[in-house]
Amino acid sequence: MLTTPQLMDRLTLGAAPDLEVAINAGAPRDWLTGQLNPGSEPRSLREALSGLDAATLDPASLLARNRPAPGALKDPEARKHFQMRRRELYRQSVAARLLYGTISPWQLRELLVDFWFNHFNIFAFKGLCALWVGAFEREAIRPHVLGRFEDMLLATARHPAMLFYLDNHLNAVPGAPAPRGRTAGFNENYAREVMELHTIGLHYTQADVIGATRLLTGWGIDGKGRFHFFPARHDADPQTILGQRFGGGEEAIISFLKYLAASSYTAQHISLKLAQYFVSDAPPADLVNAMTARFLDSAGDLKSVTSTMIDHPQFAVAAHRRDKFRTPYRYLLALLRASGRIPDRPQPLIGALNALGQPLYGCVQPNGYASTEAEWLSADALSGRVNLAVALGGGWMQVDSRFARGSAVAVASVAETIGASPSLLAHAQAAPPQLQAAVLLGSPAMQFC
Amino acid sequence: MDRRAFLRTSAAAGLLLPFGQAAWALRSDAPGPRFVVIFLRGAVDGLNVVVPYSEGVYYDYRPTIAVAPPGSEDGVRDLDGRFGLHPALSGLMGLWQQRQLAFVHACGSPDPDRSHFEAQAYMETATPGVPRTTTGWMNRLAGAMQLTVPSQTVAFGASAPLIVRGTTPVATFATGRAAAQPQPIDRDPVRRAFDPLYAQDPRLAPVWRAAEEARAKLLADLRHDMMAASEGAPDAQGFATDARHGARMMVADPAVRLVFFQLGGWDTHVNQGAAQGQLAGHLKGLADGLLALHSGLGSIWSQTAVLVISEFGRTAHENGDRGTDHGHGNVHWLLGGQLSGGKVYADWRGLAPEALHQERDLPVTTDFRSLIALVLARHLKLSADALKNVLPGFTPDYRNIAGLLPA
Repeated sequence: MLTTPQLMDRLTLGAAPDLEVAINAGAPRDWLTGQLNPGSEPRSLREALSGLDAATLDPASLLARNRPAPGALKDPEARKHFQMRRRELYRQSVAARLLYGTISPWQLRELLVDFWFNHFNIFAFKGLCALWVGAFEREAIRPHVLGRFEDMLLATARHPAMLFYLDNHLNAVPGAPAPRGRTAGFNENYAREVMELHTIGLHYTQADVIGATRLLTGWGIDGKGRFHFFPARHDADPQTILGQRFGGGEEAIISFLKYLAASSYTAQHISLKLAQYFVSDAPPADLVNAMTARFLDSAGDLKSVTSTMIDHPQFAVAAHRRDKFRTPYRYLLALLRASGRIPDRPQPLIGALNALGQPLYGCVQPNGYASTEAEWLSADALSGRVNLAVALGGGWMQVDSRFARGSAVAVASVAETIGASPSLLAHAQAAPPQLQAAVLLGSPAMQFC
Repeated sequence: MDRRAFLRTSAAAGLLLPFGQAAWALRSDAPGPRFVVIFLRGAVDGLNVVVPYSEGVYYDYRPTIAVAPPGSEDGVRDLDGRFGLHPALSGLMGLWQQRQLAFVHACGSPDPDRSHFEAQAYMETATPGVPRTTTGWMNRLAGAMQLTVPSQTVAFGASAPLIVRGTTPVATFATGRAAAQPQPIDRDPVRRAFDPLYAQDPRLAPVWRAAEEARAKLLADLRHDMMAASEGAPDAQGFATDARHGARMMVADPAVRLVFFQLGGWDTHVNQGAAQGQLAGHLKGLADGLLALHSGLGSIWSQTAVLVISEFGRTAHENGDRGTDHGHGNVHWLLGGQLSGGKVYADWRGLAPEALHQERDLPVTTDFRSLIALVLARHLKLSADALKNVLPGFTPDYRNIAGLLPA
């Protein structure tokens, strides 16, 4: 069985005051079972989220509240206002994610949300995605991270944010009545990425992309911002894709996505990526194979795949090495949690993630952010992390309204929370008072989990 | 990339300093040719950068976004009676007239993929069609040039992009004005607190050392800049700031040989603009940066080559949104003190539908790797064997570009 520090490293966003107590309250095994079967969120989190449109409204309501009247975008003032609303909703989406990450007791789910959002990445700064990225995560990702992969795939495929981001809302049979007065035509963007990135990997041909593009026509967004199937835009010709024949119609689209979800290539691809995120940049083959087999046996039950990973002997071996380099996102959350700060003023943290190269919801490319050290460990990255630790630990960067600017984090509490070694604590205490917690937060040990 | 190999190499590099000074100086500290690569991520619309204004179809294809022929303020700047430069780049005409700027048109990757990230990865690994390559060609180049101290290869950005990833250590610098402002890490008490911690960490010590070295250099350059304030600071917006930082590092330290910049915002699907607008704004920023680099490098410019690349071009026709979609061939740029510039190099087949790739895009008639190979062989004087390691499995074809650099 994993030790409590290992559980905190690998299955949470970082040690936090009282987390150790919570894990040790029953048997650690019970804590883990609870993580795989999360309950409701605490009241403080629900209340904090309730004031955020991005964390509560569906895409249609978000559009209705924020979209300027037709034609109004020609007016510079209206355009400016719309830009302001997009920025505000983006800010709210980030705020919600950071609040979940710092407050929620269901930490394994928070890690899985980070993983799966990246897997089905959306770039918030593409058009309407800024309005919808929070809703996308809440509606299409969060409910399914311990559910069935197929359900998550279908939820993302039909979500307005994904339809917009990967252009499938523009994918229509040529000559059909098209959205926003465009010339209708095929658009291959989603068809390619749903195979390559979301499911089977590089096991397709250009002919498969063309077939899938034609099949995926008709799934779009209606004028109110809701998913809608437009039969007139759909290419009903039967298609042969990946050697399988699919008839026309919406049922055939669904069959195609289910076919992709059930592929052994998909099982392999997902298992490898999950293991890379949770276990090691180069995960052991027998662990990935066990997960792949479980994925196929359980028809893509992600709870089952995740717990197979955690229970595998190689998981404990890797956790014992403590050599997974934290991504900027995981590092930031680890700092917040160790400091006991609740980021109700997230603006400086948006800037901090930008500076570290991992703006939340800001990955332009559909493959999302990688979780590997090669991606994130660079000379400048380390200085950037120390700068952040100093700003946060010294209280110069104010993110929690309960603490005044300049009020440093208490070194003793951080030391206890992260289990700092006596020599590290002594070294920190030799620094000027304002830097003491920062030394712990910016130490090499905090860079790994 | 094998991380352990990376750390081993870095650690070895750290050890070389005290014990191998002589060999060191011989190998890579001596002044030598410099190479700057600028990657325009998102696929710049090359047909509106170096505009084939003499072809009528260009204006047929692009009713609202074409750039006018030479002769008006909004028109292109004539290059050779056939092509013209976007007016937002008119600041570069001096370099063109001094033959220190050249273009290679219909250039790019032979891989027909139109996915940004795959095409970018192929341009960064220089192995089109081989998705599993994990090292970037600039890293392999740094290896071939034996640039074993991290700051000899500098990438601007918050993380190391694929093009510089691999077994040879490189330094990264944050971009923007804030990067040059004093940060917590520059304060003595902060350094005193963190230095011993990182010096003891076997995994992070080499990276930390690289960060310190790089940072120290930049700050030293900054102090120099304050003393020279009478020169007047150039436009500090965007790329120009980073270009100025890069130039200062190259001037201050002859060991800095390879520099990489990346600029985004070229994916102009909607409202691209013509003489003015979205693309024009970005091009102006690029031109300002290139001029800042040129003036910042001073006498070192004569030893420098600057390559500007982008993952693929854009459609010959404008689309229904006054923009352009993903295409194929593009224009790549070369600047520097030693080239035979002032010329558009190309196997140019015109814009008639049958001359286009899949009847929609500029074809690729010069493989971008041939252009890289030319710079490596003739500017950096890489041996044929070393060249093979940087561009594995590729035989360069200099037919279209032979005159660009002296053999």
